[in-house]
Amino acid sequence: MMRLLRDRKVRDILWQAGATVGLILVVWFFVQNASANMVKAGIASGFNFLWRDSGIEVPFNLTGYKQSDTILSLLWTGIVNTLLVSAVSIAAATVIGFSVGLARLSHNWLLSTFAAFYVEFVRNIPLLFFVLFWYFGVLAALPTPRGSLNLFDVVFLNRRGLSIPTPDDLTGFRIALPIIVVLVVAQMLIARWARVRQARTGRDFPTWVVGFVLCGALPLVALVVAGFTTKWDVPVLRGFNYRGGFVLVPEFVALFAALSTYTAGFIAEAVRGGILSVRQGQIDAALALGLSRGRIIRLVVIPQAMPVIIPPLTSQYLNLVKNSSFGAAIAYPEIVAVFMGSALVSTGQSIEIIAITLAIYLTLSLAVSLFMNWYNARHRLVTR
Amino acid sequence: MIQTLRRHLFATPIDAAVTILGLYIAWRIAVPLVHWLVLDATWHGTTREDCKGDGACWVFIRARFGQFMYGQYPVPERWRVDVVGALFVAVTAALSWRGLPNRGRLAWASAIVLPPLGVVLLHGDWGTGLELVETREWGGLMLTLFLTLYAGLIAVPLGILLALGRRSRLPLIRFASVVFIEFWRGVPIITVIFLASILLPLIMPTGVDIDRLARAVIGLAFVIAAYMAEAVRGGLQALPDGQTEAAQALGLGYWRIQRMIVLPQALRISLPALTNEFISLFKSTTLVLIVSIFDLLGIAQAALADPAWVGMNMEAYVFAGAIYWFACFGLSQWSRLREKRLAERGR
Repeated sequence: MMRLLRDRKVRDILWQAGATVGLILVVWFFVQNASANMVKAGIASGFNFLWRDSGIEVPFNLTGYKQSDTILSLLWTGIVNTLLVSAVSIAAATVIGFSVGLARLSHNWLLSTFAAFYVEFVRNIPLLFFVLFWYFGVLAALPTPRGSLNLFDVVFLNRRGLSIPTPDDLTGFRIALPIIVVLVVAQMLIARWARVRQARTGRDFPTWVVGFVLCGALPLVALVVAGFTTKWDVPVLRGFNYRGGFVLVPEFVALFAALSTYTAGFIAEAVRGGILSVRQGQIDAALALGLSRGRIIRLVVIPQAMPVIIPPLTSQYLNLVKNSSFGAAIAYPEIVAVFMGSALVSTGQSIEIIAITLAIYLTLSLAVSLFMNWYNARHRLVTR
Repeated sequence: MIQTLRRHLFATPIDAAVTILGLYIAWRIAVPLVHWLVLDATWHGTTREDCKGDGACWVFIRARFGQFMYGQYPVPERWRVDVVGALFVAVTAALSWRGLPNRGRLAWASAIVLPPLGVVLLHGDWGTGLELVETREWGGLMLTLFLTLYAGLIAVPLGILLALGRRSRLPLIRFASVVFIEFWRGVPIITVIFLASILLPLIMPTGVDIDRLARAVIGLAFVIAAYMAEAVRGGLQALPDGQTEAAQALGLGYWRIQRMIVLPQALRISLPALTNEFISLFKSTTLVLIVSIFDLLGIAQAALADPAWVGMNMEAYVFAGAIYWFACFGLSQWSRLREKRLAERGR
């Protein structure tokens, strides 16, 4: 008997069996309690409630959701709102983050100090603080619609939110979009052709300049032309408030401002770390080969820095999406606020609702970490 | 001097333009800020009427200072909070003195005795003769520190166990650890706090009631434990296998190897990462506002609703924000300094 217990294999199995039984017992105990408590409280179970009328009003939605719609469409509205604020904030955070990260590496002492101040300021204060600060501190202190901050007579900011114009019909943009796609495809073909030619003949082609024109300038012209030929529904002050256009509610503006500036601080650090990870020897070697400064950055620094930057960048994006749940604190109608908040209170089916909410976030996290594994694996193959 | 200035600020015309623009912007921000914060601010007085200047009304902070620190904790009992705080500080200070005899054993003893003692002192009664102060009345900075400390005290050992589990030889244990870690890391903390406050009472047997504050502590602890597990795993991975193999060759068992050989080294390596998790825990405690527990930020937020002090938003936010900033910045600087010193000693 004792000899059997000393055997490693037997002990491994015993340990695992013990742990499994323990875990099952604990879970069974909790489930037992939960079902007893639910029966006592008279709470229904099952997912039928999703098809019931919600009766919950959502003041800000892009899905056309009405109070008489089902709880399922309420959930969908929450998801769309989460994705909306996340997408806009990710774009802004990336721009600010890269600018600050690069500024921190600048030779200009003042610029790098400013950037360092920004990063240290943002990273050492809770995000909820920024959300509340923007909402109650800044936006609530804005003027009433009559005294709105006016940007070029088309965009108006006041304490009721940000009024932006919307296009009346999308024909102009429907024409512009295919043109842009064609331009981008053309650029990709040119880049491939230039690479092949350079490999064969050594002759260089200004791909980046052409790319800047094809993918930057011309699409911009197309969009501007489309914008000018379209009739816009511009917000106008009528009585006490603005009519027309689209109103981004203050909750959205506050959450967007907080999420983008906060995450930008972390992105800036990722960018800085990535660029610093490129060893000086690489740059010296490129200089010795006689490459120009722009080329060194393009051909030596960026290709080596990006693989280091992208993993932490991706996890910051994921954090931002998860952090969009902070909107619940100021009643921005995202998943947690409308579903875990309002829908839970009105139906009382806490277990189902919590499970669905967590499942949504977990799916997202899992997708992102799968992408990251794929990216890391692919990159490892390339370098070795 | 002039050369340094030129090299760092005016190297090229563009550089010079950036510097001048930067100086201008800094000037435009700094001057009104200093005026508001200090020069035009009102420092003395008792009511809102004393604030006549254009600057900040620090009278508001002065009048509500007690609430910012202790929440609704009854004034005559506030000494108990101070005692608990002093106790924790004193014990930590004594334990970090290297010359202390029996340091290891004392550390274990205080880790077991001190946290329950703190709760008893703060809560009172339970046969102690101290007046009962329910957790509903706790608040302010005291509550923020309480949440950080107690969630951290649960999260660190749990995180270490999870990290060991994730690197375990046994597939079932490994699987369970991975699922636990990835689950809590994959969901927003706000949902966890919601979940803890709704589900914990539901899964307990009838008659067992978990305090609202305890639910928040448990929720926070689980999430942070998952993040800490990843921090510890980093340290475990950095350790060469030879350490474990040598210990095995000496005939030590699994737990002894971990306790005496692996963890002391791995934890030292992962200390910077663990400190970062502590900072993020400290920042995350603000989320208890969602379940109507009023920590420092919550108290600042609640103070805005006081009709006697209308329009003090900026003062409340600046005060609370400054405390958070100094605490987090201080902690991260301490960690950086310690890392630097360790690196120098190692060389």
